[in-house]
Amino acid sequence: MNLLKKFYYGDLPEQKASANDPSLTGEGREGAAAWPLWEIFIRSKQGLDHKHVGSLHATDAQMAMENARDVYTRRQEGVSIWVVESRHVHASNPDDAESFYDPANDKVYRHPTFYDLPDELKHM
Amino acid sequence: MPLQNHEEIFQKKVDREVRIEPRDWMPDQYRKTLIRQISQHAHSEIVGMLPEGNWITRAPSLRRKATLIAKVQDEAGHGLYLYSAAETLGITRDEMIRQLHVGKAKYSSIFNYPTPSWADMGAIGWLVDGAAIMNQVPLCRASYGPYSRAMIRICKEESFHQRQGFEILLTLSTGSDAQRQMCQDAIDRWWWPSIMMFGPNDDSSPNTAQSMKWKIKRFTNDELRQRFVDICAEQVKILGMNLPDPELKWNQERGHFDFGPINWDEFWNVVNGNGPCNKERLEARVKAHEDGAWVREAAVAYANKRKTDPRQATAPSSSHFEAGQSLLK
Ligand SMILES: [Fe+2]
Ligand SMILES: [Fe+2]
Repeated sequence: MNLLKKFYYGDLPEQKASANDPSLTGEGREGAAAWPLWEIFIRSKQGLDHKHVGSLHATDAQMAMENARDVYTRRQEGVSIWVVESRHVHASNPDDAESFYDPANDKVYRHPTFYDLPDELKHM
Repeated sequence: MPLQNHEEIFQKKVDREVRIEPRDWMPDQYRKTLIRQISQHAHSEIVGMLPEGNWITRAPSLRRKATLIAKVQDEAGHGLYLYSAAETLGITRDEMIRQLHVGKAKYSSIFNYPTPSWADMGAIGWLVDGAAIMNQVPLCRASYGPYSRAMIRICKEESFHQRQGFEILLTLSTGSDAQRQMCQDAIDRWWWPSIMMFGPNDDSSPNTAQSMKWKIKRFTNDELRQRFVDICAEQVKILGMNLPDPELKWNQERGHFDFGPINWDEFWNVVNGNGPCNKERLEARVKAHEDGAWVREAAVAYANKRKTDPRQATAPSSSHFEAGQSLLK
């Protein structure tokens, strides 16, 4: 029996992130696994970005939201919650990382420290 | 790329303290070890709710009741964080729960001991959560990203558990003779099982070396156990109680407390299913799962109905995107 069913939460490979993949929607399976997986993002306070905090299973967005409140904000960790069904997340492939990020590798001139200027120059 | 190279790159990343993330290449054995360890850890959080849940209705005051509920609720959350981390390795939640229910997956043996008195809530918080924290803090730096992130979250929540436990014992320790007796009795029963929580001695723990190389583990069982004994030997003095070990003695040379031999026969006996509550705990889990089946099914049926029936479909609680869009119209 193949126990290692590849579904990567929060980090779905593009080809698997299709809406009809039963390993992601949980359709066709019994019990709690039939509840799809959701990724939870929380804004810890006004002025900050939402940040991924983890995931959970829920039947719909409302349940995901309420469960997220119960598990991820028990100590006032958040003022706003986003829930996104995991199958809607498209992730880059780590195997392609080298070529994918290559265009940025040789462009040090995008950083301010690249420029050689005299110390007398102030406020820059 | 040949397997050899993959392994080399993987180990180099681990050596440089680069975290391994779900979609990165990893050795099969690393994946299996993590699934076993994380799911076992998750099961421990969930089964661990049972001995304490036993006392929620009988907590001696409203304050104690509220804190005990909060603690048990935290443990449920810890179970969830860990199940989610294990799921990133490719095993389903259902499969993990199935393995627990058929007895294939283990959980920490400590939860197979009974909780006959209120003082046990104190001893569990102080000693059991204390030993768990000792184990868990180094896991915050585990090489597998989702596991380490779950552990950071858990460790933040754990310290109140230990403090509320110690406070329960502290209150009892300044009470009547009967209360002091209760306090000592709980310490006597939980001490040895707690120091067994660190697992077998290093010389009979064959997987430790590999786990340390993979940086899943940072310290050996005996190192952590010694640290725990040293701390508790001092803390118990504040309670004016004793640890039930006649051989416990400060060793100037070693800079540590010496302690007596651990009864490993008892340990293995409980691990292998013959502890005082193994059967009861597993039955309680299976029953809860089966009794809850209709709720899970009803929730799915309800969600499906809302999806297909347009009259049932209510607008999602207005997101800021929508709010913005309506402004643009
Ligand atoms: Fe916990
Ligand atoms: Fe705890």
